[in-house]
Amino acid sequence: MERQGNAPSDDILLVLAREGQHGPVVHAANRTARTTGITQGSRVVDMKAICPELHVEYADEAGDRAALDRLVLWARRWCPWTTRDGEDGLILDTTGSAHLFGGEAAMLIEIQTQLSLLGLTSRLAMASTWGAAWALARFGPARTICAADETALGLRALPVAGLRLDDATLLLLQRLGLKTIGAVMDVPRLSLTRRFVKAGLSSNPLMRLDQALGKLAEPVASVEAKPRFSVQSRLADPIFDPTPHLPDLCERLCEVLQNAGMGCRRLHLTVYRTDGDVSRVDVATSVSTRDPNHMHSLFRDKVERINPGFGFDLIDLTAGRVEPMQALQTHLDGKTSDDLDLALLVDRLTARFGARAVSRPVLRESHVPERAEGRIAALANPTQTAPVMTRERPIRLLDHPEEVRVLYAVPEGPPVQFVWRRQTHRVTRYAGPERIAPEWWRDKPGTRLRDYFKIEDQTGRRLWLYREGLHADGRGGEPRWFVHGMFA
Amino acid sequence: MTSFSHQKYQDGQTQKPALTGHILSEIFPETAADAAAIGYLLWRLPRNDAPVLWVQDRLSHRETGRPCLAGLQMDRPIIMVNLSRAADVLWALEDGLRCRALAAVIGEIWGDPVALDFTATKRLMMRVEAANVPCWLIRRAASPNLSAARDRWRIASAPSASNPHDTQAPGAPRWSLDLFRSRQSKPGQWTMTYDRKTDRIDNITPFRDRAVGTDDGTARQRAVG
Repeated sequence: MERQGNAPSDDILLVLAREGQHGPVVHAANRTARTTGITQGSRVVDMKAICPELHVEYADEAGDRAALDRLVLWARRWCPWTTRDGEDGLILDTTGSAHLFGGEAAMLIEIQTQLSLLGLTSRLAMASTWGAAWALARFGPARTICAADETALGLRALPVAGLRLDDATLLLLQRLGLKTIGAVMDVPRLSLTRRFVKAGLSSNPLMRLDQALGKLAEPVASVEAKPRFSVQSRLADPIFDPTPHLPDLCERLCEVLQNAGMGCRRLHLTVYRTDGDVSRVDVATSVSTRDPNHMHSLFRDKVERINPGFGFDLIDLTAGRVEPMQALQTHLDGKTSDDLDLALLVDRLTARFGARAVSRPVLRESHVPERAEGRIAALANPTQTAPVMTRERPIRLLDHPEEVRVLYAVPEGPPVQFVWRRQTHRVTRYAGPERIAPEWWRDKPGTRLRDYFKIEDQTGRRLWLYREGLHADGRGGEPRWFVHGMFA
Repeated sequence: MTSFSHQKYQDGQTQKPALTGHILSEIFPETAADAAAIGYLLWRLPRNDAPVLWVQDRLSHRETGRPCLAGLQMDRPIIMVNLSRAADVLWALEDGLRCRALAAVIGEIWGDPVALDFTATKRLMMRVEAANVPCWLIRRAASPNLSAARDRWRIASAPSASNPHDTQAPGAPRWSLDLFRSRQSKPGQWTMTYDRKTDRIDNITPFRDRAVGTDDGTARQRAVG
């Protein structure tokens, strides 16, 4: 199946590329390109050598997969039992539903028409097994219908690639001279068993053949559409403030979630305005919840952001990021745990001040002080193990080191006197230097090294001072001095 | 209530006070860029693994930086909240004090904002005593005006102890603490040495006889602040 949504005209040679082992390979090609001799899976540079005017675009494989997943649900219009088949196919279990569309042939035409209205090219076949339908759709005539007792006959003429085998096995069968499925059928069963006794399903022609002929069961496991958790409140007259309706909406939504055993991480409040516009606010929680009071409190400061226009008459509250949630009893006496309470606090802070304001600092593996600390979400667990710190570090660190004016410098050690924030500091004692070199894999060439000193001034304040660079290191002028932190 | 008095210990060493009830305390660092207050505050935190809520306003963050995790050396997680206005800081502190899972709530407010008046500190104080979670307000470049805080400290760095390994280098940090107003204990001034390895502070103030009291000893003595 190919997407032809906004494709360029058919006379352009167009291929979609994906990253292969040795550079990009052809993922899909349009009809013109295929007739020129461009094959799937070959390298793009080779194909460009064949036709220099080839137009190459990158394939969006994840997007295609998501679109196919949506199409699986869309195909439920014809039968209730559908699933995705690999990267490019759909399997519909039409048992008992073909007569609703006037028979199997009429149903196939209907399916092809509807898919072409979506801008999709399709190849359809109907057979009694998954394997047979797969082979007939790809290698058989258009819209083949193969009855259960004719399956062996219908498959006999198809190439052996119709058995859903991997490339290595196909090559092996080709070397053995078995070109069609019929030829594989004619081989004595015992010798095939002996040859492929240890092979897995995707490289075992005998098992694939049995699947296609219905001797080996291959059930269709249908995927369930995710239920949408949403409650609405329809109003008799347009209003401007949704606040009075929120507690009721939250309670109803939580009841729906409770019945399904689910909790949600996002909430979308949408109001449908009388002038035909919609306005919406979203809130997020740090753990999944179905507590109506908590949901209501998250909206408390956000409702003002709704633009009511000339009023609205429909309020919709939808749960997003729904995940299964068990009611946990963490203590024997039935009390709730403290962690849950903490999650509520983080939610309240995040809802009011934004996700960027609330964070948790964690240690990172770096010697450069500003990179030794990262920020993660407040309730997340650090992914890396914290590095062991051997040298003393200050208790406060300035985001931007502040340059000091040196009054009295000596060749070794820190300056004897310097001015920082309009105050003169006289160094009475110092420890150091601790040299921290730039990280060559991250820093720009020309970044100067730093020599850190812990100094104490005349009043007892302990500062972390560093000299950037060395005298005559060829990376700029004279070294400069900065304050980077304070010790307790 | 936390009864905390340094004079009690005869050997000049101060153990961590037994925390029976937590209070709201204010710290006024002598200069803005003095981290002695942070060191003292961290020593006073309860010994457990519960997280700390640390709220900073914009000026505090810009002028005095952020707490450096590598230097704090604590295992507990910090929930850092960076806000712009003092009113928001007070809101976050009050909200944090509703959560009993926290070890402490620390707020840093720069200057004397209008939002931080007596009523605001009174609200905080009542929350602290309801939730029994300690709350520390670090007020830099501020004047100690009317406040409901139970303890009010002025803390500055003092020249450090001598380093046993290197005479030129600063040794164990020393802080001069000034408890200038307290609801529970008698105000006083001490100089303390902090020993990082054992996490304890030693009083190095020279002891001497106090002046003879003029009162008859019946009325409870109150500090003025």
